[in-house]
Amino acid sequence: MILQATIDFIVFPLLSLTLVLGFIRLLLGPTLPDRIIAFELISITAAGIIVVSAITTNQAVLLDVASAWAIISFLSVIAFSYYIEKWRGRP
Amino acid sequence: MSEILISVLLVIGSFFMLVAGLGMLRMPDLFLRMSCSTKAATIGVGTLMFALALFFEDLGVATRALATICFIFLTAPVGAHRIGRIAYLVGVRLWEGTITDELKGVYAADACMPFGQECLIPDMDAQEISTDIEEGPK
Repeated sequence: MILQATIDFIVFPLLSLTLVLGFIRLLLGPTLPDRIIAFELISITAAGIIVVSAITTNQAVLLDVASAWAIISFLSVIAFSYYIEKWRGRP
Repeated sequence: MSEILISVLLVIGSFFMLVAGLGMLRMPDLFLRMSCSTKAATIGVGTLMFALALFFEDLGVATRALATICFIFLTAPVGAHRIGRIAYLVGVRLWEGTITDELKGVYAADACMPFGQECLIPDMDAQEISTDIEEGPK
């Protein structure tokens, strides 16, 4: 009871506010690496939202989704940095 | 009792995530933003996963949660280091109040800007870059 109320009234609003702040930085970041780290923050927050959803729906399978999401997020950051490094030096 | 403990852990984790978002919006520099978001978001997701491991009281779920925590703790610094190094090479401006820049002069004239801004390294101007590119195809 306390857990459900806490998740509904504190945890999900805080995580949603984090998503909104990251999305603002994604929109107005001056350079490309700013946008990449904003994207990284958004994906990590999405993993946290999946974990909290696993608690609310009582489905332990969603933890696997969160871990796979974390792996894909890390690989996307590495791929972005790789292509920026390849792009470096050409206008 | 266990519900109260899990609730406190969830609130702490989401608070750290909110701190990461605020730092992402309010910090003046790419590198400060990156340090803030990486540390706070890592500890936030770790606390959320620890709360999930306490909630299910199952050995398999707890092991997977711990493995995911270890994975995030290992990979977040790697990604941040890589993005930071690439951003410094590409020439993202540092904050005006930066005291020390230990990489100043380490990377040679290789580093130029693909984003339409000027270079950080002072003895490198746009004309040299354009001549280099014109000489390239010949």
